[in-house]
Amino acid sequence: MSLQKPVMRGLLARRLRFHLPIAIAIGLTSAVSFKYMVTEPRKRAYAEYYKHYDVNKEFNAMREAGVFESVQPTGK
Amino acid sequence: MLHLTAMRVGSLLARRATTALTSSSARMATHGHGTGELSETVDMSQPTYWESVIVPLPDIPYKNELTAADKSLKQKEKGPWSQLTKEEKIALYRLMFCRTYPEMRRPTGEWKTVMGGILFFLGFTGLVVWWQRAYVYPTPPRSFDEEWQAKQVKRMLDMRIGPIEGLSSKWDYEKGRWK
Repeated sequence: MSLQKPVMRGLLARRLRFHLPIAIAIGLTSAVSFKYMVTEPRKRAYAEYYKHYDVNKEFNAMREAGVFESVQPTGK
Repeated sequence: MLHLTAMRVGSLLARRATTALTSSSARMATHGHGTGELSETVDMSQPTYWESVIVPLPDIPYKNELTAADKSLKQKEKGPWSQLTKEEKIALYRLMFCRTYPEMRRPTGEWKTVMGGILFFLGFTGLVVWWQRAYVYPTPPRSFDEEWQAKQVKRMLDMRIGPIEGLSSKWDYEKGRWK
């Protein structure tokens, strides 16, 4: 009936040694994956949209659809 | 099923539960049955036996009145412990404590009751909401109509809402349909 004496000290240090690298790894992975799965595609989408953007064409299309109050569609 | 462990309830309720379960007569007052009082009133001004996972050594031993055999065992305990047999050590433990740590920590299956209750009442709430939809809600505003919603989407596309990653980016303006 002789049990081993349980560990009495260094419990926080042991927990940190185990969990801190995991936490840092998960944090870094989240940041990197967010960058390459969200921000980079978004930047590319914006660049692509504005590469061939014709503001006058867009304006006239919106004008004909009748969404403006300052100008009416050309028919009227 | 609704057995509450000492860890989960406040100390007072746990005290009541443990003293109700344990049978040591040292703590029971000796009232007759006809006095109209509780037959087991506990004198709370005395230390009581209260076991919990967080309190390793309760205030008093579990069993206070010892039989002759128990007394002789206690005498033997005063000597070197290597001379005690395993059964004697266990008997001494049971004199001091009601439950062992594994017995205190045993799973109670209370979670099944809790989950069942949660799901049951969620279902009941669903029925209530359904009845409300049928009998309580007023007529919805006209902006909820299919026709209105379609016109709303068309207007959003005309205004080029979300042209890069949002709504209008999913609409093909040349072909006049969703991409």
